[in-house]
Amino acid sequence: MARITLDNLAHSYKPDPASEEDYALKELNHVWEDGAAYALLGSSGCGKSTLLNIISGLLQPSQGRILFDDRDVTHAETAERNIAQVFQFPVVYDTMTVRDNLAFPLRNRGRDEAYVAGRVNEIARMIGMEHMLDRKARGLTADAKQKISLGRGMVRKDVNALLFDEPLTVIDPHMKWELRTQLKKLHHEFGHTMIYVTHDQTEALTFADKVVVMYDGRVVQIGTPEELFETPGHTFVGYFIGSPGMNLLPAEVEGATARIGGTTVGLGRGYGPLTGKVEIGIRPEHARLTRGEGLPVTIRRIEDVGRHRIIRTEFEGREINVIAGEDEPVSADMTRVAFDPARINVYADGWRVDAAG
Amino acid sequence: MNKTLNNKAWFLVLPVLVLVAFSAVIPLMTVVNYSVQDTFGNNQFFWAGLEWFQEMLHEDRMWNALQRQLLFSAIILAIEVPLGVIVALNMPKSGIWSSFCLVVMSLPLLIPWNVVGTIWQIFGRVDIGLLGHTLAAMGIDYNYTQNVVDAWVTIIVMDVWHWTSLVALLAFAGLKSIPDAYYQAARIDQASRWKVFRYIELPKMSGVLMIAVLLRFMDSFMIYTEPFVVTGGGPGNATTLLSIDLVKMALGQFDLGPAAAFSLMYFLVILAISWVFYTVMTNLDKKGM
Repeated sequence: MARITLDNLAHSYKPDPASEEDYALKELNHVWEDGAAYALLGSSGCGKSTLLNIISGLLQPSQGRILFDDRDVTHAETAERNIAQVFQFPVVYDTMTVRDNLAFPLRNRGRDEAYVAGRVNEIARMIGMEHMLDRKARGLTADAKQKISLGRGMVRKDVNALLFDEPLTVIDPHMKWELRTQLKKLHHEFGHTMIYVTHDQTEALTFADKVVVMYDGRVVQIGTPEELFETPGHTFVGYFIGSPGMNLLPAEVEGATARIGGTTVGLGRGYGPLTGKVEIGIRPEHARLTRGEGLPVTIRRIEDVGRHRIIRTEFEGREINVIAGEDEPVSADMTRVAFDPARINVYADGWRVDAAG
Repeated sequence: MNKTLNNKAWFLVLPVLVLVAFSAVIPLMTVVNYSVQDTFGNNQFFWAGLEWFQEMLHEDRMWNALQRQLLFSAIILAIEVPLGVIVALNMPKSGIWSSFCLVVMSLPLLIPWNVVGTIWQIFGRVDIGLLGHTLAAMGIDYNYTQNVVDAWVTIIVMDVWHWTSLVALLAFAGLKSIPDAYYQAARIDQASRWKVFRYIELPKMSGVLMIAVLLRFMDSFMIYTEPFVVTGGGPGNATTLLSIDLVKMALGQFDLGPAAAFSLMYFLVILAISWVFYTVMTNLDKKGM
């Protein structure tokens, strides 16, 4: 187990990256604390897998260093780094039995058979495949194959980190919960550093202590699920996390008030002079329909999703979503939307701005 | 469920039946016809029953040709399959060099059989051939028209040159279908190069390799043109493979009856070996399930 430090790391798939555009992974400094469970969240093509492959050594970064504890492993071979990685699509060795599949990483490292057998049985119990240890891996279902891949990732006790690259994509929804819970349990039991790549926010928020949100090759925010929800550091985080995502409205901010269209909204905090494209962000959970105060809107649609209702409204051509509880009254004369001032975040050019004081 | 019975539906299979009849069954039946009759010319035939078959089965000539044939097929399979796999493993996987290799590899496959024969016939000649002359100049006694081993080496090298590409191309297609994640997982699992081949590449190639072996077996077992052009079956009968012997018998000596019996047995041997091979391979495949 180790603390993993990324120092000035960047990667481009092009041989001579000229501008920042050419980088699949933009310059990044980050420390993955030993024994923590991280989720790497972002949409497809944002550089998540690139980052993961650089950590595991499958890819050499164009610039920067990677340290495991204090050892520089930037140019070390994958095998030397002693990392386990599970991929999006199940990788099993078809011609081997399930048992041999699980034993493979240990045998390749020359562990003795008694130890291998013990470890394989332990892992098989964990992934619930004890009864099919002697079956050939070929012809098993995608679920079972992915469980074998997970098992192969976890069979080595001494790995520096466990990396998961969207490992549950091919798994049935009910199995997903089960496997994710097991991964969490494993993490508590053995305390491996785990990095879990996903584009599914539920998966990220339930799995990780800390979520790293990536957008366009850049880490835009690192935080606990709560921080990501309450104070998204970038408009992308606001939009990507939450269902529906955060409402974003262009505004002119002056001191403690924001002018949105023709309406003035209190911010609860004062802001200094702002430059660039200024927006305010408010979660649908913190907006409510009212009769008299707030922005005048047109209600387009109300979706009842069971636990709550999502009210889709329109304000000067922009959508504002409001989440209302099942028992909150909604009537035709409620044509304004008010925001909870304490929960409003202000963004300049996409990045969150701290209040002046 | 009510099934509608309409015997007119049989007319729908008629075109296929006619096609197969004219392309396969009727020509084959004429051979069967010859194999059970004897003739002294003038288009007069006498019933001979299974006599020709019995005679051919006791004929050393056919057994010797069969032995040579089996040896030939075994040798070229033993060389071409591993060699083709090795070539495929070392080909660039993508980019312009990959395309270049593919084109170069395909060239031998595009050359007509008897041109291949002629190329090697001239190439190997001691007086004017590049290969033969060079070997002679190096003091190596090489002459495929007189020495049995030289003749065999020549036709085997020729077949390897002509057909290894086919195995390589098929193996390459198999290799290309392996997702990157497999290689990455193998690196994570610290698998050696040999284990990557043994547990990832070979299993993923097994399907196409089976087809390659089957194709190469059938083709080599029926080979005629190339060795005929190069050695004409000689020296003596040393490279007289089954087809060459058959043609000698049927067209050279005009022994239609024995030749017909011979060809039927030849056909059955190929059919039987291919069938056994195919069944064994697919069963091996299923056992893995």
